[in-house]
Amino acid sequence: MSEHELQAIFDRKIENEVKIEPKDWMPDAYRKNVLRQMSQHAHSEIVGMLPEGNWITRAPSLRRKVALLAKIQDEAGHGLYLYSAAETLGTDRERIVLDLLEGKAKYSSIFNYPALTWADIGAVGWLVDGAAIVNQIMLQKTSYGPYSRAMIRICKEESFHQRQGYEILLTLCRGTEEQKAMAQDALNRFWWPSLMMFGPSDKDSPHSAQSMAWKVKRMGNDELRQKFIDQTVKQADFLGLTLPDPDLKWNEEKGQYDWGQIDWEEFYNVIKGNGPCNKERLAARQKAYDNGAWVRDAATAYAKKRAERKNKEAA
Amino acid sequence: MERKDWPLWEVFVRSKAGLSHKHSGSLHAPDAEMAISNARDVYTRRSEGVSIWVVESKHIHSTLETDSESMFDPNEDKIYRHPTFYDIPDEVGHM
Ligand SMILES: [Fe+2]
Ligand SMILES: [Fe+2]
Repeated sequence: MSEHELQAIFDRKIENEVKIEPKDWMPDAYRKNVLRQMSQHAHSEIVGMLPEGNWITRAPSLRRKVALLAKIQDEAGHGLYLYSAAETLGTDRERIVLDLLEGKAKYSSIFNYPALTWADIGAVGWLVDGAAIVNQIMLQKTSYGPYSRAMIRICKEESFHQRQGYEILLTLCRGTEEQKAMAQDALNRFWWPSLMMFGPSDKDSPHSAQSMAWKVKRMGNDELRQKFIDQTVKQADFLGLTLPDPDLKWNEEKGQYDWGQIDWEEFYNVIKGNGPCNKERLAARQKAYDNGAWVRDAATAYAKKRAERKNKEAA
Repeated sequence: MERKDWPLWEVFVRSKAGLSHKHSGSLHAPDAEMAISNARDVYTRRSEGVSIWVVESKHIHSTLETDSESMFDPNEDKIYRHPTFYDIPDEVGHM
């Protein structure tokens, strides 16, 4: 079949909402686009464990500790689903991981901010997982089959993440003045970076239009961000906290909230590597990779020994 | 065997007794035993299963997308394979 015909088949599938599967013909640019997005997404799940992992040993109760541990373990699982999905496009795990360590692959800028207080763990679950959920619900309908299936699996697990975070803040907000102030402080620091998670405005986003045309993404960055804001305002009200945006107000005509300006300079600065924790995060991943080497070697050696023993018994 | 040569395994999970194993996803592991224990952690953290199969991906053979017309389309005109093809009077009752 000529490339022209293959392209026509591909286009028809996209148009008719038929998923693209690993062995199907696809344009190189589509392959690259989906791979870049899945690799970024996978790395975000893995690097995202770091700010929260920082609080496991200092969780205020056993209940909070088991919940946080389970949540972080889920994120590791999410990373694995996505690495596996990415590998269906003809790269291997080692390569994807090395791309991160060598600074060639990105991860979500939000994880370059520190979790300074226990309230931050609440804010991360509520806002960071909350924003991720809005994005991931949309991605369940992505055109690449393995990515879509990974998203469906992930979405099933995410709602507990957001609820455990919100519950932490609710408890703090019903506590002492000091505890409530701690919750407000966490919200002040995490609100804007959470809005940045949706990426630049579509008009400034280099991949947005093409991703939408291929149905890799089903909604634009601005639309998703607006959706997140609209659903979060009343959750903040219930906590008795104030979103740190003086311009935030309900627009009756549009049926949505008007809100202020994102500091995009901060966003691009963090992406470039100058956020509060970029170096620390990469160093932590490098250390985990290096310290895990003997485990990988031991597993390989053990499998080999066991196979040899089996062969000998058979002989 | 280097780490990068760990084979890829496909994971199938039986969600409860009496149902078939269903494909859940894949993972890398040096051997079947480790594939199973990793599959438990990755794919069954919330009692999603009562039994796990793993099979090395290279042992799976499949139809090709380019074959799919010649493989599956002939079924479309065999409407006599469906119960609604046969006329049975209402008086006979449910059949
Ligand atoms: Fe996640
Ligand atoms: Fe999560």
